[in-house]
Amino acid sequence: MHPSNVWSELPSREVVNTPSRFGHSIGKYMVVVSEACNDCLKCVAVCPENVFAPQGVKLAPTRDHLCLGIDCSRRADRCVRNCPVNAIRVGFNPSAKALGDKRWTPDLLMSAWYMAETGRLPRNDLEYRVGASGGGFDKLRFVFPKRPPRPDLARDKIDTSVRLNKKNDGRWPIEIPIPIYGGGMSFGSISQITMLSRIKAFGAWGSFTCTGEGGYPEALYPFDDHIITQVATGLFGVREETIQRVKIIEFKYAQGAKPGLGGHLLGSKVTEAVARIRETVPGSSLFSPFPFHSVYSVEDHKKHIDWMKAVNPRALVSVKVSTPTDVDMVAVGSYYAGAHIIHLDGSYGGTGAAPDVAKKNIAMPIEYAIPKVHNFLTEEGIRDEITLIVSGGIRTAFDIAKAIALGADGVVTGTSELVALECVRCHNCESGRGCARGIATTDLELVGLMDLAWGTQRIINMLHCWREQLQEILCRLGMASIKELVGRADVLAHLDHSAEPPDDDIRDRLR
Amino acid sequence: MPKKYHIDVQHTSNRYPTIGRSGIVDWGEGCLKCAQCVKSQCVYDVYRERSFSEEILADTIDQLCKSCFRCVQGCPRRLIHKTTNPEWEALGDDVYTPEIICATWAQAESGRIPVSGAGYGGSFSGPGFDSMWTDMSEIVRPTRDGIHGREYISTLIDIGRKPAMLKFDNDGNLLSETWPNLRVSLPIIFDIPPFGDLSSTVWKAMALAASRLDTVMVTPLSRIEELSEFSSVLVPLLETDDPDAKWIGRFRMVEIPNTEDAVERMRFLKGLKSDLLVSARVPALASHEGLQRVVDLARAGFDLIHCVADERGYEPEGNGGLHIKDVIRRAHAALLQDRTRDEIGLMVTGGIAMAEHVIKSMLCGANLVCVDVPLLIALECRVCRNCRDGGECPVRLGQSDSLWAARRIINLMGAWHNQFLEMMGAMGIREARRLRGEQGRVMFMEDLERDSFAKILGRPNS
Repeated sequence: MHPSNVWSELPSREVVNTPSRFGHSIGKYMVVVSEACNDCLKCVAVCPENVFAPQGVKLAPTRDHLCLGIDCSRRADRCVRNCPVNAIRVGFNPSAKALGDKRWTPDLLMSAWYMAETGRLPRNDLEYRVGASGGGFDKLRFVFPKRPPRPDLARDKIDTSVRLNKKNDGRWPIEIPIPIYGGGMSFGSISQITMLSRIKAFGAWGSFTCTGEGGYPEALYPFDDHIITQVATGLFGVREETIQRVKIIEFKYAQGAKPGLGGHLLGSKVTEAVARIRETVPGSSLFSPFPFHSVYSVEDHKKHIDWMKAVNPRALVSVKVSTPTDVDMVAVGSYYAGAHIIHLDGSYGGTGAAPDVAKKNIAMPIEYAIPKVHNFLTEEGIRDEITLIVSGGIRTAFDIAKAIALGADGVVTGTSELVALECVRCHNCESGRGCARGIATTDLELVGLMDLAWGTQRIINMLHCWREQLQEILCRLGMASIKELVGRADVLAHLDHSAEPPDDDIRDRLR
Repeated sequence: MPKKYHIDVQHTSNRYPTIGRSGIVDWGEGCLKCAQCVKSQCVYDVYRERSFSEEILADTIDQLCKSCFRCVQGCPRRLIHKTTNPEWEALGDDVYTPEIICATWAQAESGRIPVSGAGYGGSFSGPGFDSMWTDMSEIVRPTRDGIHGREYISTLIDIGRKPAMLKFDNDGNLLSETWPNLRVSLPIIFDIPPFGDLSSTVWKAMALAASRLDTVMVTPLSRIEELSEFSSVLVPLLETDDPDAKWIGRFRMVEIPNTEDAVERMRFLKGLKSDLLVSARVPALASHEGLQRVVDLARAGFDLIHCVADERGYEPEGNGGLHIKDVIRRAHAALLQDRTRDEIGLMVTGGIAMAEHVIKSMLCGANLVCVDVPLLIALECRVCRNCRDGGECPVRLGQSDSLWAARRIINLMGAWHNQFLEMMGAMGIREARRLRGEQGRVMFMEDLERDSFAKILGRPNS
C-alpha cells in the first residue's frame, strides 16, 4: 500500500501488489501440502511463481492462485518431484468450477482477480480474453498480422487516449488517457468505499467515474474534476449545485439491464445517509420512473440538454440510452440535440437489481448496436463530431478493443471494477443485508470489510493491465493510436461468419 | 375500462427441498477448531439455520447458501469447498433447463417475479425463443408503467371469430350479428400436459386455478365428469364422439382434432349450440400443406386454430424441424396473405417454458398460447419423465393437495403476469391484443447477425 494514501488525494497510478482480502485466493489449481511436510522449504526454491513461501522457518500457507498448473508441478525441476517427503499434490480446485456464470466464467473472474492483485496477466492457462456465452464478443477474435506491420512502434508509447469533446464549442476540451471511464453506480447500490475506490482509481488514470442516480455525497467533492454527475428520471439528489461542480453531465434515459423499466432501490438499502443525499425518507423504496415524463420528443430532449448547458456553461453533456431497434435514430437525435457523447448501454449490462426477464430479453446486446450506430453516424456525416461510448457487458481488455474495432470511441465499465474488488458474481446484491463481500451494500458491518486504499489499488492495477493489453493489441496491428482502431472491423474475425482465425493470445509478450 | 385484473398470490412452500446449482463440501478432517470459525461468521447465517430434512434425509444447507465463497476462502485449512451439483445439472432437458425449472419453482412458491443482482449471466443467445430480443421505447415513444400500478396494462384476449367489417343499413342500424366470443384475462389457456402423474387432485387443481385466473383449460373427455363443478372453464377435447345438445350446453368452447371431417364436425357442433366456439387442434407444421390446412380451417369457420408442436416446441414430425416461433411466423404470414388474419385466432402449444416465451410467441403472430409442462413444474415436477414409463414420480406429484397445487399454479401465473407487464411496459404496449404479430418490436438474431457481423466480417465467398 502507498504510505501517503491520504483519502482525499489521488494516488499514483503505479502497480502495487494487492492480494485478496479474504484469506485464500481462489485459483484454478489447488496445491495440497500433506502432514508429511518437514518444512525443508525446497519447494520455495523450485517454484517460479512464489506459490510457496517461508513463514519464519516453516512453510507458509500456499498461494494456489499463482500456480502454473498440473503440468508445471510435475516437471523434474518443480515442486512435486522435488519434495523429499512426497508431500505435495497439485490438482484442479473443485471450488473454482462453482464460481461465476456463462458471461463471467470462473477463468474470467480469476484472471481479473489476478490482474487486480498483480497488475499483469496471469502466467498460467486461465482464459483472460473471452467468456463462454457463445456469442457476441465471445465469438469475435483479433486477426493479428504474422509479422508486426510497424516494427518501429514502441509498445509503451502507443497512444490510448480518447477525446470526449469533438465539437470545438469552447467547452472543456477533455481527453482521457485511457479509452475507459467508470459507469454510473449509485451511492446506495454500492458502498461509499466502493464508490470512492472507483473514482480514485479512474482519477489516478486521468479518467472519470459517473455517480449514478443517487446524488453527490460530500465525500466526492475532492474529486469533482473526475466525476460525471448523472441526471436520471427520478432526479434524486440532482441540484444546480451538483451540476455545476463537474465537467461532464450524463443525462440517463435508460439502463441496458432493465431498459424501459426505470430504477428501483429497495427500502432496506435506503439508510439515513442514502436518504439524506437523495432527499427522501429512510426505509422507503425509491422508484425512478421510465421515461423522463417531460421528454416525449427530440425537441423535448434538446430542451433538457440546453437547460443543463445553461446551468453549467463549460460542461460536456453525455446522453446514455439503451439499445432499442431504432438505436441509430436515437443516436442521431442526441447529436442534433447537442450532446457531446452518445453512450449506448447494451442489454447485458450490470445492475444492482433487475427482473431477470428484462436482463435477458429486452433490447439488443451491445455488440450489435455498435456497428449499427457507428455506420449510421458515418453515413450521416456526423461521426467525427460526436464521441461514441459503449457499455453493457464489457469485461476484458479484449472486449474493449473489440468494441472499438466495431466502431466505438471508448467504453464504460462497471462490473469489471467490482470483480477487481473480489465480486464473485453470486447475483445476490439485492438480497438481505446486501453484498456478503462488502461491495454492493450499505450495511455498516459489511461495508467495513473493505479498505479504501486496498480497493483503489486493485482497480488501478487492473486498469494498468488493461492498458498494457490494449497497447500490445495495437502494436500487433501496427497502430500508433487507439483512434486508428475505431471502426476497423476488418481486424476482427467472427467464429460463425469468418474463416477460422488463429489464436489471438498475447501473453507471450505480457506475462 | 374493465375492472383491473389482479392475481392474488400468496407464499406457498415447496413440499421438497429444492435442488441448487452448487453444494458445500465440508471436510471435517484436519479441522483446527479455530476460536472464530468462519462458519460462525457467515453473513447469511446458513451454518446456524441449516437443519436436517426428513424428506430427503439430508442437510438443507445448500438451499440456504448464497455462494459468497467467504467460508471457502476463509477456512485456514481450506476444508470447505463449493462444487457444482450433478443432480442440478441433470434436471430437465435442453428446453426445460435446470435454470428454468428452478426459477419456475421459485415463482410457484412466492408468486413473485424473479429479480436478481448483477447483469445477465446466461448465454448470449440460443435456439428457439433465445434468438430474439424484444424492443423498448426510447425517448419518443411513451413507455408504460404497469408494474408499479400507475398505468393500466391489459392482458385480456378475446377468443372467437371477428367479422372483417360491420354492416349497417341506410338508417345506420347495425345489420351484422354480434359473434360469440370467450374472453380470458391472460393470453394463456391451459393445455393437457404431455406427461405427468396426473391424478384427480392435479386435474382439480388445474381447473380451480383456471377458474380463479379467469381463463380456461383444454380437458380430455375422460376427465370432464369429475370436474363438472368447473364446467365453465373446461374446453373438452372431443377426439371422436360427438355429444348431444344437452351435454354440450354446459361449455363455451370445444376443441376437435385435425381429422378429414373436421369441418363437418365443427358445423354439426355449432348446430347443437349456436354460440359454441370450436377450436381446431392441428399439428404445428410449416410445410406448404401444413400452412394451407391452417388457412382452409380458418376459412371454413373455426374460431380458433390451435397449432400444437411437440413438447420441446418443435414441429412434431421428424427431427430438425422448425421451432414453434418460426412456425407461428409462417402461419401468421399465410393468414395475412389470405386476408383472413383478423378474423381468426391463432393459438400455440409446445415449449412455452417461461413468461417471455408467451410474449415472444404473440409478437411472432399468435393471439394467445397454451401452457402445459410449466403447470407441472409449479407442482415441483423435475421433468424427469419417469412417469412416462410407469416409473415413480420423485415428488409424488399425484399425491399433492388440490388447494396447495392450485395456489402454486396461481402463483406461477401471477409471476408471469407481472413479467408480461414488464415486457409490454418497456415496449410501450398497453394491450396484449396488440402484441399479435408486432414483428417490428422484435429483434431477430438472424437479422442482427447479418446486419452487424456477416456484412462486415463475412467470408469472402459466403
